[in-house]
Amino acid sequence: MNQNLYEYCLRLGDSALILSQRIGEYCSKAPHLEEDLAITNVGLDLLGQAENFLNYAASLKHDLSADDLAFKRKEKDFRSLHLVEVPNFDFAYVLARQFFMDVYHNLLYTGLTESKDETISGISKKSIKEVRYHLQRSTDWIIRLGHGTDESNKRVQEAINELWMYTDELFYDNEVDKEMIKIGIGISNEDLKNDWLSTVSKTLEEGGLIVPENIVYTLQYGKDGFHTEYMGYLLAEMQHLPLLYPDAKW
Amino acid sequence: MEKDNQGILWEVFIQVKAGRPFKHVGSLHAYDKEMAMQSARDLFTRRNEGNGIWIVKADDIISSQSVDDEAFFDPSNDKVYRHPTFYEVPDGVKHI
Repeated sequence: MNQNLYEYCLRLGDSALILSQRIGEYCSKAPHLEEDLAITNVGLDLLGQAENFLNYAASLKHDLSADDLAFKRKEKDFRSLHLVEVPNFDFAYVLARQFFMDVYHNLLYTGLTESKDETISGISKKSIKEVRYHLQRSTDWIIRLGHGTDESNKRVQEAINELWMYTDELFYDNEVDKEMIKIGIGISNEDLKNDWLSTVSKTLEEGGLIVPENIVYTLQYGKDGFHTEYMGYLLAEMQHLPLLYPDAKW
Repeated sequence: MEKDNQGILWEVFIQVKAGRPFKHVGSLHAYDKEMAMQSARDLFTRRNEGNGIWIVKADDIISSQSVDDEAFFDPSNDKVYRHPTFYEVPDGVKHI
């Protein structure tokens, strides 16, 4: 069994899983009905992507399922990015977080369609269609909120500023990434940074928003197993039922 | 009562596949055309319902009024010959 490949699938699956959980929490709280359905649909797409990657990870181990990975792992065994762990403080946070991840996922999956691992390239090809739509939606919303009212502009700018420090991690390659890049399965996150920044900057400028300055940030990252203070609460809620009623079916 | 701030009301029509008619499927609120299109996609086409979407502002639809029912529709009640049912339909003609 290839431990690096397993780890690599976990990080691809975990960020999608945790983001979908966050979006799930937002169900019924969006500003209007149509948006509530739309954002929840995005969450369901992400859950599907997470399931595909976690199924693949589970298949590399004996006696494991995607559900085991989602519901029975401890916080330090998750490989999600800090950005997706941030709570839904308001609609602007939900949208800014989504926009940053959509731009990243679009670049990541585009790169991974060329992966030498057929399962990873297959899942990426399937996911990229969903992500392109997510990106179109979140881009529109950022511009819309930017040009909306003084209040919407202020709040989306605030969310962008506050979330900016979490975006560093998107472009961090650890040992697992480096091993996967070497054998042509993974891609370099660092190489995605320029494209990410130019896409994000273009949209922010179009929305009359300011691109925050890059602050050098020294934290231990999610993909190394270190998580934000929000993560424990999120997992407690997500894992509560499966832990209380192990192997329950519904 | 609080003012309705959900935006404009739009009516949505879906085409099952190319060449077939667009059928009304429901309505939605949105602030402009782009948002209406995205919402329609999310509300009405996520289960393979179709491959084409038309959206019309509800305000732009001219609708008959029920007070006109008698004058508009009753006179055709007893005129079945207006249906083309007295013709032979050639083989191979579909969707009639």
